[in-house]
Amino acid sequence: MNEIFAGLIEAVRLIAGGDSELFEIIALSLRVSGIALLISTASGAPIGVALGLTRTRAHGLITALLYTGMGLPPVVVGLFVYLMLSRSGPLGWLGWLFTPNAMIVAQTIIAWPLVTGLTMTAVRAVDPALRVQVRALGATMLQELWAVVCEARIGVVAAIVAAFGGIISEVGAVMLVGGNIAGKTRVLTTAIVLNTRQGEFTLAIALGIILLALTFAANVVLLRLQGNR
Amino acid sequence: MVGKVAQCVYSPIYRLDALRQVYAGRVVLDIDRLEVRPGEILALVGPSGAGKSTLLRLLNFLEAPAGGTITFLGQTIADGRAPLPLRRQVTTVFQRPVLQQATVRDNIGYGLRLRGQPTDGVVEQMIARVGLTALACQPARGLSGGEIQRVALARALVIRPTVLLLDEPTANLDPYNVGLIEEIIRSHNAEHGTTIVLVTHNVFQARRLAHRAGLLLAGRLVELADAETFFTAPADPRTAAFVRGDMIY
Repeated sequence: MNEIFAGLIEAVRLIAGGDSELFEIIALSLRVSGIALLISTASGAPIGVALGLTRTRAHGLITALLYTGMGLPPVVVGLFVYLMLSRSGPLGWLGWLFTPNAMIVAQTIIAWPLVTGLTMTAVRAVDPALRVQVRALGATMLQELWAVVCEARIGVVAAIVAAFGGIISEVGAVMLVGGNIAGKTRVLTTAIVLNTRQGEFTLAIALGIILLALTFAANVVLLRLQGNR
Repeated sequence: MVGKVAQCVYSPIYRLDALRQVYAGRVVLDIDRLEVRPGEILALVGPSGAGKSTLLRLLNFLEAPAGGTITFLGQTIADGRAPLPLRRQVTTVFQRPVLQQATVRDNIGYGLRLRGQPTDGVVEQMIARVGLTALACQPARGLSGGEIQRVALARALVIRPTVLLLDEPTANLDPYNVGLIEEIIRSHNAEHGTTIVLVTHNVFQARRLAHRAGLLLAGRLVELADAETFFTAPADPRTAAFVRGDMIY
């Protein structure tokens, strides 16, 4: 209990003291997870909407694949990306292993099924009568689709929130493909692991509290977009 | 001769020719010919499953017919795909209207926003017309059944459609809301000349509102006449039975 309290004080001290290493770690965490979230949302949300609005023969298979993707263990994703980006791998020529780019790739793979699958579910949950209703009011096809997306917006934002929560807090993938290199690929989660291994529990707890606070702040921003104030 | 004169004095808003609809191999609507006159309130009565709602969906171009044509404002449409400007001349108030996750005001202005038209003033007038001024800023999803139906009616009327289709607009509502909605329908028709097609199984409501009335039975139009004749001296015994309330359905 004392360690948690000490960690809280340490967290305040680190932030108030303007610790440059800490802010570097926070900035990299937000950059990696932010870009991964942006890519997965930009590509996954429209696909989720399309899947939610249409029914094909492969629908059951697609749903099963997406739901499986939602439960991908980050460490397995990390291993896959590691093998792809390692010097002998098919994408080794990119030279991305142990760089933030590799971490972004891994986190995008983790976030994408969450954004896509949960968006699809949210869109499918919209009353089908809504489309008929807005068409009856004179909506064009695009206006009709937009009306459905607007109705599903709570679920879409929930999908983005879930994806962000999933990637900002994951450690397995970024540890494997980033390597936790100080000043280069160290993010909050890998820093917590390192400090715990070194017995620096107070610092680890402080970083954990900062991670929680960041996640909370990011979710508040996303929820404001959702309209829940 | 009288018939010829009558045909010359108006161009029908709708003319339906050999209109058929089939769901899962079952014919649910089969109308040889039907004309809807401009400015009239046409009530189509019939039991559940008679094809009333199907007919309204076809009239609103929400689905394609299995056969036949609909001539709307002079344009003949066979595939249910009316051009947007034509489609925007008609709207429907459904029995269970779907409102959006927005305020009463935003819901009522929705059709105007779809058309890129200003909502100021006209929406407020319409909100007052349906007696919802006090609830204008409330979330529409939290309203009672009668209030929801009034929002749906206001949302349809505010766009000033040439044709308003009403699908059982007062089913399951209390007498106050029924009276209010009927009064709004009647006065809007009188003031703006909006053509209204009302489908209902409520004979009394049809009688209170309609200029002409017809009976739909098993997808077929059994009889169509002016309201007085339809309700007091119907030609078909099935109409007489339905009007008397004797028809078992």
